[in-house]
Amino acid sequence: MPDFDASEMQARFDARIGAEERIEPKDWMPDAYRRNLIRQMSQHAHSEVIGMQPEGNWISRAPTLKRKAILLAKVQDEAGHGLYLYSATETLGATRESLVDALHESRAKYASIFNYPSLTWADVGAIGWLVDGAAIVNQISLQRTSYGPYARAMVRICKEESFHMRQGYEIMLTLCRGSNDQRAMAQDALDRWWWPSLMMFGPHDAESAHSAQSMQWKLKRQSNDELRQKFVDQTVPQAEYLGIRIPDPKLRLDAATGHYAFGEIDWREFQRVVSGDGPCNRERLAHHVRAHDDGAWVREAAHAYQAKRAARDRVEAAS
Amino acid sequence: MSTGASSDLCAYSIALGDDALILGQRLAEWVSNAPSLEEELALANVALDHIGRARMFYGHAAAVAADGRDEDTIAFGRDTRTFTNLLINELPRGDFAFTMVRQFLVDAFNVPFLAALAGSNEPTLAAIGEKALKESTYHLRRSRDWVQRLGDGTQESHDRAQRAADELWGYTRELFEPFAAEARLTTGGVTADRAALQPLWRQQVAATFDEATLRIPEDAWSIRGGRDGVHTEHLGYLLAEMQFMQRAYPGQRW
Amino acid sequence: MTDMMPLYEVPLYEVFIRSKRGLDHRHVGSLHAEDSEQALEYARDVYTRRGEGVSIWVVKSSDIVASQEGDGASFYDPQDDKPYRHATFYKVPDEVSNL
Repeated sequence: MPDFDASEMQARFDARIGAEERIEPKDWMPDAYRRNLIRQMSQHAHSEVIGMQPEGNWISRAPTLKRKAILLAKVQDEAGHGLYLYSATETLGATRESLVDALHESRAKYASIFNYPSLTWADVGAIGWLVDGAAIVNQISLQRTSYGPYARAMVRICKEESFHMRQGYEIMLTLCRGSNDQRAMAQDALDRWWWPSLMMFGPHDAESAHSAQSMQWKLKRQSNDELRQKFVDQTVPQAEYLGIRIPDPKLRLDAATGHYAFGEIDWREFQRVVSGDGPCNRERLAHHVRAHDDGAWVREAAHAYQAKRAARDRVEAAS
Repeated sequence: MSTGASSDLCAYSIALGDDALILGQRLAEWVSNAPSLEEELALANVALDHIGRARMFYGHAAAVAADGRDEDTIAFGRDTRTFTNLLINELPRGDFAFTMVRQFLVDAFNVPFLAALAGSNEPTLAAIGEKALKESTYHLRRSRDWVQRLGDGTQESHDRAQRAADELWGYTRELFEPFAAEARLTTGGVTADRAALQPLWRQQVAATFDEATLRIPEDAWSIRGGRDGVHTEHLGYLLAEMQFMQRAYPGQRW
Repeated sequence: MTDMMPLYEVPLYEVFIRSKRGLDHRHVGSLHAEDSEQALEYARDVYTRRGEGVSIWVVKSSDIVASQEGDGASFYDPQDDKPYRHATFYKVPDEVSNL
């Protein structure tokens, strides 16, 4: 193991970041970079997994067999994304158990958007269209993140994610072209999911504790506000096409910039929900804890079985 | 095809579709409830396979009936008394041991059954059988592995697996009872005689249970009636949930 | 409340897939399984849902031996001074195919 000088390693690390080179698991990295990465990746993973709950709610009640199959495949993909991201986090030496514990003890967060309830079938459409739409904007940006395994997980996820948004939008389109009840259902879902979707991009960058450091290390490639603007710009025409109204009286196209200006987010609601006081925070976490606890005997059984088999194999090999 | 034969074929396809859909619905209930993230993906795959299979069978039934019905009319428009799935599929998912023991008992039947169906002289059923056989072969590998892990894992997993076997056993008799339309189709070479599959199934189950240190339950009781629409009380609740949207907003596109 | 931390860890396996159109196995990620059969089955369920798989390899992460970043200059053969290893070094007539 070569004798190294920490400041030399730091200089080399900084140079690699500057040169847009990827940092890989066995590479030297500052402790703070490692910690930041573990936090960011694991929270991303937790979000995918918790997100299975509001959508998973509707699998048993999907209105057609095709929609049932599609929704099941989509939620399964979310589980897969969680797995890719936990995998990537584990390359940094964090164990899966420790990450799950952090979630259960509320030391780690997950995307606050999933603390809202999915109340109608239209919510399934809105979540696919808006929440996945917002996630894609974020994830495309993260494909260029500096940590190799994270970037590769993002590439894989982005490939799979495109169908998620499309299925959501297709649901909304069908509803908006349907009966009065269906159109009202779609409008109601947009009314409830619009602002939380904008909040997904986080606070204004000046107010974000981690933003500046994450940008410096190229873990984060674009600012929260930049990404939020991108999302708004792409989504407003989509809503117009559907013929439903975005619940923001201040929304208007600024002809000079080509961007949509929009109203201020209710940051008190954002804070409330992020700090645990949203409609579903307790249920989401309790659900995850319960599933994990209920599964303990299963995991123990699999382990015990393997231990028995290994012992039998050793005995056979010896005889 | 005579009207009698085609109505038999339609009823038969619907019965097989019902088996697959109801079991798929139960499997899908594990989403966000599985014992590990890896297992979430695995269970979802099995659920998707069953739902896909149901759609194929229903699609075929609709084509044969040619009366304007489609897969959704068939799935969402019938009440419990006209659902013809076997009872074993509609039982609540229970704990993981119950789900996997049930899955094993059903998979061990499905593999030889679908292999026979793949030889049907009815080309669509043969094609469905062939595709479903590939899936069920994998399902069986998984469910058999789990029965072994649970049966020969810890004392707790063993007890849960044994309890599951004891609770499920009486529902397995129905797997081997052809109904009238099915018997006629068997004579016509459209399908295999399911009763003939029992000895081999018994053997396979006995071998797996033995390896898993599980006891084969006594043949002391059996409950049937699925093909006649005489279901357990569980199906009503399952359908109420599954069919809610179509019932609340009838005749709409989704 | 969470259950007690188990006194063991479920082994981590790395997964490599060779797809229908691929020539090599590519590393796609990792998963936890108790043994190699379970790892193979989970790999199939997690990483080949879109028909990607023709061949799956699973290896316990602890069995993988990897080079270190610090091995750098001495470990890797510097390629700059052996350009003849690269095809672009050679000029061949356009008319000759399959070169």
